[in-house]
Amino acid sequence: METLLQQTVNGLVVGSVYALVALGYTMVYGILGLINFAHGDILMVGALVALEAIRLLQIHAPELGLVPTLLAGLSISVVVCMILGYTIERTAYRRLRNAPRLAPLITAIGVSFLLQTLAMIIWGRNYHTFPQLVSTTPLEPVAGVFITPVQIVILGVSAVLMVALVLLVNKTRLGRAMRATAENHKVASLMGVDTNKIIAATFIIGSALAAVAGVMYSSNYGIAHYAMGFMPGLKAFTAAVLGGIGNLGGAMLGGLLLGLVESIGAGYIEDMSFGFLNSSYQDIFAFIILGIVLIFRPTGLLGERVADRA
Amino acid sequence: MNELALAIPWLGKRNPAAARWVVLALALGAPLIAMLFGKTWVRILDFALLYVMLAIGLNLVVGFAGLLDLGYIAFYAVGAYTFAFLASPHFELHLPFWLVLPLGAVFAALAGIILGLPTLRLRGDYLAIVTLGFGEIVRIFLNNLNHPINITNGPQGINMIDPLVLFGWDISRPLKIGDDITINSLFLYYYVFLAFVVLSIILVQRLQISRVGRAWAAIRDDELAAKAIGINTRNMKLLAFSLGATFGGVAGGLFAAFQGFVSPESFSLMESIAVLTMVVFGGMGNLAGVVVGALALTALPEILRHVAVPVQQAVFNQVILDPEVLRMLLLSLAMIFMMLLRPAGLIPAHSRYSRPELVVGKPAPAEAAK
Repeated sequence: METLLQQTVNGLVVGSVYALVALGYTMVYGILGLINFAHGDILMVGALVALEAIRLLQIHAPELGLVPTLLAGLSISVVVCMILGYTIERTAYRRLRNAPRLAPLITAIGVSFLLQTLAMIIWGRNYHTFPQLVSTTPLEPVAGVFITPVQIVILGVSAVLMVALVLLVNKTRLGRAMRATAENHKVASLMGVDTNKIIAATFIIGSALAAVAGVMYSSNYGIAHYAMGFMPGLKAFTAAVLGGIGNLGGAMLGGLLLGLVESIGAGYIEDMSFGFLNSSYQDIFAFIILGIVLIFRPTGLLGERVADRA
Repeated sequence: MNELALAIPWLGKRNPAAARWVVLALALGAPLIAMLFGKTWVRILDFALLYVMLAIGLNLVVGFAGLLDLGYIAFYAVGAYTFAFLASPHFELHLPFWLVLPLGAVFAALAGIILGLPTLRLRGDYLAIVTLGFGEIVRIFLNNLNHPINITNGPQGINMIDPLVLFGWDISRPLKIGDDITINSLFLYYYVFLAFVVLSIILVQRLQISRVGRAWAAIRDDELAAKAIGINTRNMKLLAFSLGATFGGVAGGLFAAFQGFVSPESFSLMESIAVLTMVVFGGMGNLAGVVVGALALTALPEILRHVAVPVQQAVFNQVILDPEVLRMLLLSLAMIFMMLLRPAGLIPAHSRYSRPELVVGKPAPAEAAK
């Protein structure tokens, strides 16, 4: 029972990171119908830039407290990722908006690998230890469950960000324009929406979320390296599909569910498979879920719109 | 071959017959030319031919049927590991090549069907993700299935795999003609692989102009319309998927025999992407393009390796970009810029290619009228 509770907490923490990344996938997919393969790598860039910024701050401005250092590192990485997201959209995707379906997808894969390669050139192949600015020593166990301060921060920050995003999309002018563009580009632009700007804004917002997610992911696991974006990216995409791609609520739900299934599954996989499989197979849960969802309910849990571009 | 000849700049259009001889001479003489630069280059050529086979197979799936498969290397892995299981000391099995290679192909095709059956109803971009996931799952299993029962030997992989033995003739040993001429086994492998590649090209070319090939083209261009004119799209896609996988399986088997050992590391996502880049770079849907793409993108990183490293050492006194990084950089940039600047690839597929009798040799009526 305690294992179950403990794994539930862990699952929620990982799941909320997935959810943040999944939001980026789902927004871009909702508007462009494109799987932005590079999104996971933006998470990686976010984490590594924050790492670098924090390192420099600790050397050159050691009098700064822990929290200001972390916040400064985070803001720098968010800004860098926003610029990166915009640049990618502007240079690689915009020209292909009316190209055949496969072209932007292949470009996206190329961008993803380009980002990884560049990160490898800048930061090398090694794993970097991510500075632990928020403590990772568990607090007093509640009902036998250990939870660390960093996990609490992750849960809090992601909750705030998700609420903010929902408000942005549902209550503001920009949000309305985004929804209109997702509904129909042409009609939206006839109604006076500058769709190019809206699409750019979507990429920027998504990248900012990914940067935050990257910093949280690295703080939680304590490491960062050039290929770290691949798995969370893939899983976040799975989460987006699970919840119903194009649907914000779905992405959040999918992220949390996936996190839960994964960590609870990893806790019990050895018993379930009679000792044949162990927790090194943790990563296959996401793919199995993805397969099952796509076969039985391709629209996802909350999705209704079947996006089928002719 | 005709298309390859036509693609030769200047000569191809003026004198197709001569161009064809050039292609033939190059194909047969390549290892001799490579030998001038050292044995490694012959080895690289051998690998290039394996990549050509992979690219031909992937082209069947991506270029002909329009299904983006990001886990193609998994079929290569199936072929290679089948060979490794059945012809190595690992399980104390040493079945003959003639049995193992077809088995590898069959298993790869089966894997293609197993993967394809549930997923081919999906839209293209979902398919890409699912195949990517499949490729990763295969790799995770290869990496971890050494416990509790040792099946794949984990990350160390399987070694001492039997070499190719054709009609009782072991081609991994240098061939001796008379007393003083010996032919290195790398050459023998080259010609064996070349035979396989030529066979594949002929096969795929015939497929392309067949009813099946035209059905694939129809599905790729407009699936709804294809359905409406009575094409069984599911079966046709499944056929494309499993046939493509078959090529991967055969190439995998040859790879295992050639290399002598297999490990999960050879079947990473990067390799899937590399093969995809070859197809995209050369020209999706065009055999000649795909062959050129595979050869170019295997040779270029190797040339870079031999040029860039000494240059960096001379200029910076250290190696800043190691060859593997250069290869990744080259592949990703090739993919992005090809899509942006020349989406049809180096040698674009002819728009009338589904009736090649109109385009090969003589110009199509539309062009002649101009």
